[in-house]
Amino acid sequence: MFEVPSFAELGLGAALPAIALAISATILLLIDLFIPRERKMATAIIALVYVGMAFVINFFTFNADTTSFMGLFAADQFTGILNMIVLFAAFISILLSIDYIKRTGIERGEFYTLLLLSVSGIMFMGAANDLTMIFIALELLSIPLYVMAAFRAPDLKSEESGLKYFILGAFASAFFVYGAALVYGATGSTNLPQIFERVNVIVAEGGSGSWLLLIGTGLILVGLGFKVAVAPFHMWTPDVYEGAPTPVTAFMSVGAKVGGFAALIRIMVVALPGFALTTGSVNTAWQVTFWVIAALTLVWGNIVAIAQTSIKRMLAYSSIAHAGYIMMAVAAAGTAGVSDAAARAALIYLMAYMFTNLGAFGVAMVLERNDGTIVTLDDFIGLSKHRPILALMMAVFMLSLTGIPLTGGFIGKFFVFSATVEAGLIPLAIIGVLTSVASAYYYVRIIINMYLKDGEPRNVEETTPALTLGLYVAFVGTLILGIFPFLITGLTDTVQIAAR
Amino acid sequence: MQTEWFVMLSAVLFVMGTMGVLLKKNAILVFMSVELMLNAANLALVAFAHQWKQLDGHLFVFFIMTVAAAEVAIGLALIVTIFRTKHSINLDELHQMQG
Repeated sequence: MFEVPSFAELGLGAALPAIALAISATILLLIDLFIPRERKMATAIIALVYVGMAFVINFFTFNADTTSFMGLFAADQFTGILNMIVLFAAFISILLSIDYIKRTGIERGEFYTLLLLSVSGIMFMGAANDLTMIFIALELLSIPLYVMAAFRAPDLKSEESGLKYFILGAFASAFFVYGAALVYGATGSTNLPQIFERVNVIVAEGGSGSWLLLIGTGLILVGLGFKVAVAPFHMWTPDVYEGAPTPVTAFMSVGAKVGGFAALIRIMVVALPGFALTTGSVNTAWQVTFWVIAALTLVWGNIVAIAQTSIKRMLAYSSIAHAGYIMMAVAAAGTAGVSDAAARAALIYLMAYMFTNLGAFGVAMVLERNDGTIVTLDDFIGLSKHRPILALMMAVFMLSLTGIPLTGGFIGKFFVFSATVEAGLIPLAIIGVLTSVASAYYYVRIIINMYLKDGEPRNVEETTPALTLGLYVAFVGTLILGIFPFLITGLTDTVQIAAR
Repeated sequence: MQTEWFVMLSAVLFVMGTMGVLLKKNAILVFMSVELMLNAANLALVAFAHQWKQLDGHLFVFFIMTVAAAEVAIGLALIVTIFRTKHSINLDELHQMQG
């Protein structure tokens, strides 16, 4: 009954970037044992080399269109671009971490191992083609992040952040798993393309299968909604983001969202595009829910962000708002024929958001004091006189988060809005534009503090070369995406994940 | 035995777990409730796998059990760390951050 697959059948080559990174992470744990405590910088450099290696391998598998692990892992261009985004995020995060974890006294080599394991989890999640695989990748992504959030123990804030993230993360996973179990019960398969084939039969039959599928999809949405922090599942975000060490916050605000949205898009576009409660409808049964969640997230995130005084909390609410914009793209994918355009828009948005958000957290990190007191918006007063280049970078990051032309954020928003309009969700697009305008209020306030307000500038320490390099990568990435958008659209234009 | 009964039982367990997470204040009890939710999913998967006469569901259950074990290790470590600093694992007392 059971045949053992041959090695060639597994097709491991197509999954090589993720496999290589997972293996290197474990090797790094061993190497780290032999690196003396005062030279932990070496561990970081080795981690950077591993990330670079995975990036190069990713070029070789970029145009593959196959599956490996007997259909569990889909290697296509969607995977390839997600891998690029995640590896860029890992590269910048490591550069930002080196200095920070040293001066806050938490310099331990395991930090980089955990980071790389989490990155490999995101890479597996972006490629996962099966509910089982998505679950394992989700946990591989999350479990290292729980530890990293509490990495500053015995600092109470950091411990609290880790425990809160852990409890809500485990809660969310349980929702996801139960949802996956119900979808399996309705369709008899955990494989996404196979689910797609059987959904049509279930919809045509009507009856209890349809209900199981509906509840299952809802529970999966709740589980992944917690991970990507969309309203109303976002309550944990501000506390966790504030308490975690800043480089960890920066990484998880990007990494967890990339993984979560990748899985959401794959499930919705690959497995459930034909899931409609009435036969013959162009719009899927889940589109309305996504629509409402996106609108709620946009309004809530952007309005509450205005009231924040701490920069980390403000960026936390801003990251909730940005999850709302990506959710718009996922909602647009629910209209037949727009799925691929919407998936492309989400990829472009994630790329732009990754550079910009990491950069903004990087600047916040420069201003942070070693004792862990909160960096407020007033700390930015006079920064342009004291550190002109840093202020310029922050200004560009803030403009990009607002979505001003010539920055990456504009390109992301442009494609997301056009996909939404194309999908016929005009009211949602209008909410998106209006909330973008409202968001300018709190982003521009930082620019005003830096350039126009008079006040005693704070004495900011010199940044180390690694941190400076990380900031420059994020800065250049943000600008290049904005000025030469064809670089990213050239990559995404051929992405096709919708069933043909 | 009919599959429906197993699925109904798993739904009851899942709801009990959810209520436990939302209502309990002790971190360990909350954590146990999460485990109950995961096991509810396991029961549903085994029942469905039996109905479909397939192994996929059974395999999924093994992965869930493994991952749950990893989660226990991390979760208990986090709870122990916070107990050392604060001498309490009451979730309502975790309010260092507000705003």
